[in-house]
Amino acid sequence: MVNAASRPDEPAAARVADGDPRPKAVLEGPDIRRALTRIAHEILERTKGGHDVLLLGIQTRGVTLAERLAGLLGDVEGRPVPWGSLDVTMYRDDLRMRPARALGRTEVPQDGVDDRVVVLVDDVLFSGRTVRAALDALNDLGRPRAVQLAVLVDRGHRQLPIRADYVGKNLPTSMRETVRVLLGENDGRDAVLLGPAGGDR
Amino acid sequence: MKRHLISAADLTREDALLVLDTAEELEKVAGRSIKKLPTLRGRTVVNLFFEDSTRTRISFEAAAKRLSADVINFSAKGSSVSKGESLKDTALTLEAMGADGVVVRHGASGAPHRLAGWVQGSVVNAGDGTHEHPTQALLDAFTMRKRLGDLEGRRVTIVGDVLHSRVARSNVLLLGTLGADVTVVAPPTLLPVAINTWPCQVSYDLDAVLPKSDVIMMLRVQQERMNAAYFPTVREYSRRYGLDGERMAALPEHAIVMHPGPMNRGVEIAAEVADSVRSTIVEQVANGVSARMAVLYLLLGGSEPAIGTEVTE
Repeated sequence: MVNAASRPDEPAAARVADGDPRPKAVLEGPDIRRALTRIAHEILERTKGGHDVLLLGIQTRGVTLAERLAGLLGDVEGRPVPWGSLDVTMYRDDLRMRPARALGRTEVPQDGVDDRVVVLVDDVLFSGRTVRAALDALNDLGRPRAVQLAVLVDRGHRQLPIRADYVGKNLPTSMRETVRVLLGENDGRDAVLLGPAGGDR
Repeated sequence: MKRHLISAADLTREDALLVLDTAEELEKVAGRSIKKLPTLRGRTVVNLFFEDSTRTRISFEAAAKRLSADVINFSAKGSSVSKGESLKDTALTLEAMGADGVVVRHGASGAPHRLAGWVQGSVVNAGDGTHEHPTQALLDAFTMRKRLGDLEGRRVTIVGDVLHSRVARSNVLLLGTLGADVTVVAPPTLLPVAINTWPCQVSYDLDAVLPKSDVIMMLRVQQERMNAAYFPTVREYSRRYGLDGERMAALPEHAIVMHPGPMNRGVEIAAEVADSVRSTIVEQVANGVSARMAVLYLLLGGSEPAIGTEVTE
């Protein structure tokens, strides 16, 4: 697909008309920032101050989002909030459909996940299969008191009984469309792109 | 497409780095309370050992089990091989059991290559005669990288019975791929004829090479493969080519001492060296499991292998 990351200088006005085959930005940098700030406040509210919260981002963009959320939570609460990364490759149910892939990093803070409220963070919630893999991976790491799920975009079309606790934006899509999250740390700019079929989401 | 790991030369630089990076991630599994991943559930790995082995067989078994594969251990002793069954018939028997991966150790150089032409699964060479032992080279490279960082330009000295050593050949090939500078040191009688075709330098003088080494790898003197007198006495060999405390002191501060095991303490390596903080010998065993997990995952984990080479009969 046409990757907007290759032309990061293009202004927000790059939103294109419907029917245009190019992906269009449904969220821009400020929208993403607002969504994450809201999620951060919701997490604090739901967990009553977020004392035992551990944010675990799912590789790769979920990790970036977890780091940002940890920063936002830390700003509000005035103390650092632990965060880490989770690579779910070895737990995926579609491993045998593609050649073996390189693994991402799994980094859990020293204290582990036992008795913490783990908030899994991912960029897009789609079929729910990645989250299922993450729950299995988490199961092997320890026993959290509770597990919650935060996603930047929920695009629907779940194939498993999984729902998010915190959603940045509900984005109704058709199965044929692709949703791609770009983040400054990974892609040079912040945006959520909705495009026609052919991308990797 | 079936790919196998028969020789360290089967791995491109990218393949080798992929294995090492994967091993680094998989190593963390050993530190968890549940040391298991579901990745190879339902796959069968056969350990086919025609030659004695402790650490390699156990290491492969642990690696396969940590990835949840079913493991069938087969050793020539106590099997139909002692009744005269051929390698091919043994292979076909295993084939009928549906092996996805076959880990093979054999006394004859080239046996894994032959086997690869007969079975459907991926073959991993766990040591064939005096030919190769690629997973040992991978775990050695993994150990070096953990201790010293990137291997590009690192000076590695391999000392001893190079002639009978599959570890030496695999290490020279893999380290060459990874950009290290390898020197082999041995008495002329213990160097293969074709040593000049290997991507390494050759020296007969250990003391001259020691101060210029980041890694020194001592090889076992393989008495069981020696059918002639390769050196006058064990004592003389040990004096000229053994690593004792005095020689270890001549190494640079950061240098590490490696040995693939099993060791002949007092022959190629002194006990005080083997047990020193510079020695990575025990670490190598632990790293072996991670490196072999990486190999098994990359060969068997996906729809098709991500590393290795194809074999046509």
